[in-house]
Amino acid sequence: MSTPDLVVIGAGPAGLAGASLAAERGLSVLVLDEQSAPGGQIWRGIEAANAAHRARLGKDYGLGRSAVTRFRRSGARYVPGTTVWQLDETGEIGCTVGGRTHLFQTSAVLVATGAQERPFPVAGWELPGVMGAGAAQVLLKTGGLLAERAVLAGSGPLLYLLAVQYLAAGHPPAAILDTTPPGAWRMARRHLPGALKHPLPLLKGLGWLNEIRRARVPWERGVSSLVLEGSGHVDAVRWEAAGGRQGRIETDHVFLHQGVVPSVNLTMAAGLDHDWDEGQLCWRPRTDDWGRSSAEPIHIAGDGGGIAGWEAAAATGEIATLDILHLAGSLREAERNALADRHRRRVRGALSVRPLLDALYRPQPQFMLPSEPATVICRCEEIARQDLEPLIGIGVLGPNQLKSFSRAGMGPCQGRLCGLTVQRLISECTGRGMAETGYYRLRPPVKPVPLGAFADMDCGNAP
Amino acid sequence: MFKRPEAAIGRPVRLSFEGQEIRAAPGDSIAVALLAAGVDFFRHTPRSGAPRGPWCMMGACFDCLVVVDDVPNRQACQITVADGMKVARQRGAAEVGP
Repeated sequence: MSTPDLVVIGAGPAGLAGASLAAERGLSVLVLDEQSAPGGQIWRGIEAANAAHRARLGKDYGLGRSAVTRFRRSGARYVPGTTVWQLDETGEIGCTVGGRTHLFQTSAVLVATGAQERPFPVAGWELPGVMGAGAAQVLLKTGGLLAERAVLAGSGPLLYLLAVQYLAAGHPPAAILDTTPPGAWRMARRHLPGALKHPLPLLKGLGWLNEIRRARVPWERGVSSLVLEGSGHVDAVRWEAAGGRQGRIETDHVFLHQGVVPSVNLTMAAGLDHDWDEGQLCWRPRTDDWGRSSAEPIHIAGDGGGIAGWEAAAATGEIATLDILHLAGSLREAERNALADRHRRRVRGALSVRPLLDALYRPQPQFMLPSEPATVICRCEEIARQDLEPLIGIGVLGPNQLKSFSRAGMGPCQGRLCGLTVQRLISECTGRGMAETGYYRLRPPVKPVPLGAFADMDCGNAP
Repeated sequence: MFKRPEAAIGRPVRLSFEGQEIRAAPGDSIAVALLAAGVDFFRHTPRSGAPRGPWCMMGACFDCLVVVDDVPNRQACQITVADGMKVARQRGAAEVGP
């Protein structure tokens, strides 16, 4: 296929909005999506979902239908099942789809690769039966799968939403082990006036908390320690909480969650500038308020540019695309600015609750960095704190050097599940800040590609 | 155990896992199909041989690696089931074929 005017990577709220708008305005648009159907993670399986299924998953899920319908009508070309494993500062893209590998030059790229679960390194988190809350949602959305007597542990909106979705499906969780510390409301309270400027997101969240309360799901607050027990499979959770309370719950399923973080592997490997965000405790690519990254052909929209939720993601997808249309010569600056106005209002509305959420559900230090020496930090290479600490002691200064010494971050996930933990461990041991400590030096391919796929590469042509 | 309360629409897809027949719903990923069939142990890790199963279900964690039709290191959460598909546990690191 000839080179499209715009390549969009990812088909969640941001990618769908951006691709639809660009195609409606006459650009040729190619959407590369790793999933098998549009919707991203929030709207996974939306095209296949019937009315009853959508009702169980809640109003926000159902809203994905109109976004996907618009996208399907827009004329954007959709290539599902595509792994993008390279992007560089010139806009060159490498990807693999259906066993065929392509390397081609583009003139404009919208990166809308979204977020991933923040690592939750507690003892036993690598056992089968332990998953992220996001994974439980994917299983529910795409397969209608529900776990019997699941224990939900951690904190944050997604954990409570999962509990509500399980309740709506008639499968109440066995318990919620809530790691939100007792003082969190006091810390977060100062953000309440800001959140009340656009109260809908806040009311939605309070509605979830009320539903869980009404259903009398056992709900332990202030949980300060979690140990997942089992051999070959999780079979119990041991917990301790503020005030010396403790317990043990037998279960086959534990869903962990302490927020999501931008998926930075592709944007970092592209050599784009990133900043450490101490408010959200994650890296985010540096962009201006049009989503322009540090490289000219690349715009970034959605949670991949900083966590703000799906409504903001859809709006930033539109805003970035308006700028792309402007740069392509199809929109005058004044038109771009005028058209962006209502999307900026949506972003402001969605962001108003964010400082409150970030403060209230800020992950606890002991769940970002385990203190027990044997807890697995790097799942791929099975490396624990006790394997890493001595290396930092002999003078290893950064995650990248530590990778060479220990193999942490060298497995197939390429640091997605250990990078933030390793960074924090080094920061704690050396006393240097998180920003200064830095991250792994990520390089393409950002996902493993079979060697044979390179041998048979289609150079110059997009899929 | 995971339960699937809603009956799937359409003819079931038949695949095998470790030689045993499994029935999946059309459109299931391999990971969904295996979990629905009560399997949550997908691979042995390369270093200690410990059992692992899916963690993220979205292509990020690589803990759901399986062998699909003799091709190792495939992400079970990213591949849709098909009739006659042969799935096996990934045992440690993949061997480079002859």
